[in-house]
Amino acid sequence: MKVLVTVKRVIDPYVKVRVKSDGTGVETANVKMTINPFCEIAVEQAVRMKEAGTVTEIVAVSIGVQQCQETLRTAMAMGADRGILVETAADMQPLAIAKLLKAIVEKEQPKLVIVGKQAIDDDSNQTGQMLAALLNWPQSAFTSKIEVNGDAADVTREIDGGLEKLAIKLPAVVTTDLRLNEPRYVTLPNIMKAKKKPLEVLKPEALGVDVTPRLKTLSVTEPPKRSSGVKVADVAELIAKLKNEARVI
Amino acid sequence: MAVLVIAEHDNQRFKPGVTNTIAAAVKMGGDVTVLIAGHQCGAAANVAAKVDGVKRVLLCDAPHYVGAPAENLAALVVSMAPQYTHIVAPASGFGKNFMPRVAALLDVQQVSDISAVESPDTFVRPIYAGNALQTVQSSDKIKIVTVRATAFDPAGDAATPAPIENLAPVAGTGLTQFLGQELSKSERPELTAARIIVSGGRGMGSSENFKILEALADKLGAAVGASRAAVDSGFVPNDYQVGQTGKIVAPELYIAVGISGAIQHLAGMKDSKVIVAINKDAEAPIFSVASYWLVEDLFKAVPELTAKL
Ligand SMILES: Cc1cc2nc3c(=O)[nH]c(=O)nc-3n(C[C@H](O)[C@H](O)[C@H](O)COP(=O)(O)OP(=O)(O)OC[C@H]3O[C@@H](n4cnc5c(N)ncnc54)[C@H](O)[C@@H]3O)c2cc1C
Ligand SMILES: Nc1ncnc2c1ncn2[C@@H]1O[C@H](COP(=O)(O)O)[C@@H](O)[C@H]1O
Repeated sequence: MKVLVTVKRVIDPYVKVRVKSDGTGVETANVKMTINPFCEIAVEQAVRMKEAGTVTEIVAVSIGVQQCQETLRTAMAMGADRGILVETAADMQPLAIAKLLKAIVEKEQPKLVIVGKQAIDDDSNQTGQMLAALLNWPQSAFTSKIEVNGDAADVTREIDGGLEKLAIKLPAVVTTDLRLNEPRYVTLPNIMKAKKKPLEVLKPEALGVDVTPRLKTLSVTEPPKRSSGVKVADVAELIAKLKNEARVI
Repeated sequence: MAVLVIAEHDNQRFKPGVTNTIAAAVKMGGDVTVLIAGHQCGAAANVAAKVDGVKRVLLCDAPHYVGAPAENLAALVVSMAPQYTHIVAPASGFGKNFMPRVAALLDVQQVSDISAVESPDTFVRPIYAGNALQTVQSSDKIKIVTVRATAFDPAGDAATPAPIENLAPVAGTGLTQFLGQELSKSERPELTAARIIVSGGRGMGSSENFKILEALADKLGAAVGASRAAVDSGFVPNDYQVGQTGKIVAPELYIAVGISGAIQHLAGMKDSKVIVAINKDAEAPIFSVASYWLVEDLFKAVPELTAKL
């Protein structure tokens, strides 16, 4: 079966994010960018399923600026067969992303779409569930295990109190949790090979989708700082502080 | 204005965060209706009726709502939507699962995980693991919002209970089949409801060693949490994880033991009232958010703390 995976280009999770002084957003100039960690897990899952013989073709999709081609090359170096970039410099909110992805799904007809559970920049946690709704497909959000058997899959999802098991019909949308797998490192030969894999570039207009943003950002500010604390010398002093100063025990 | 809150419950009681979500809904203005969907969940409807600010409770009881499957719950909420200006749920695993589905079906851009209500159409939400706060204004006809419970005080008790009405279920979608849940069993308080949390990181070294934290937690009546490294190393189950991609907590006292304080961990606990950090590394970033910090080996400090309390 064919699988579609989505990959978003985001600020590297280990970079200290700085709010712009004019309050319009965060600093992105000269900041290290990377593939969203949950999307890396999505690609890894598809590649493992291909290695296991369940998947025949992996198509990676990214939406955003021209540099998202690098993100797609990373996905292809991990094992995706080809890439599609929907190129735009506009602000794209999850509903618009989900609509663009729906248009691509209708063209590509995959049996499974694997999406990251959340983008670590906007922390929206919406796109996969929205895509499933627009397609009227079942969803498995926050998935830590997938077993495909023919036209259905047994999935395990992370829920607040533990784990949940579902049987879902295919085609379906699955979103990845951290425990689904540990992504492989890309090797130099695979990076070279990825450069030769096909990468198609489309414009959002070509997909006939209304991507007008519905949310207007009025401001982006720094969160309040915590006042600095004190170092205690030993356990006795800690207990005294908690009892007499903080009064929490 | 009319606000619909979808409550998370275990048939008998609310899950942690629902009364905080109701308090946020009240701030959006208008009458608040609470939907209790599930199977054999009448007792939870009685709980909802007694929360301050709730004008009406709708009880929708059918087997296909067991486990709150996103597809079936979204179909129900979408059928109710025309009567409301706002649809609101907690930003817990429950709300995150079905709310975006509701939003997409109604052609609305959801506002996720809000930490403040500025006006009926303007909300504040943390982005970049809490490194920035974004204020957004929604132009959609219906506002679909999930709420960060720790950012709102819980609603109190109502003077008089609200009326409960039965609501006919909407047909199930049949897209998924619920096979069951494996819930971590614990006598301790739930992480997101606990007054005190004792959390362990990679420094704990093993699942066996977590017992010394559990002993401290039991002495304090606390819940036990963990960093992602501790979960990934298999010391504790995944639902213990606190952070950007785990649970968001804000107890009165959070004790971080053998946790370095990566930004993704801080995202889940830095709004706690008092933070204690115990770490043998005097340079650990966790100290930047700690109210009190102790530079010591945890295997010495934790048993001593438990003994002296
Ligand atoms: C996309 C993404 C999402 C993430 N989400 C989360 C999340 O939700 N939650 C989360 O926690 N992390 C998350 N992480 C991981 C995060 O970046 C860190 O890797 C993780 O929090 C580190 O866990 P830790 O502090 O336990 O381990 P470490 O960073 O290894 O720190 C261990 C600490 O223990 C101390 N220590 C060791 N032995 C002792 C001893 N005997 N006595 C005292 N102190 C000792 C050390 O000095 C050190 O400071 C995420 C990462 C990514 C990329
Ligand atoms: N611009 C994008 N391009 C490709 N995939 C995306 C994009 N935005 C979101 N996604 C996918 O949707 C997931 C959830 O994103 P979000 O709903 O924004 O938290 C991400 O992990 C990606 O897999």
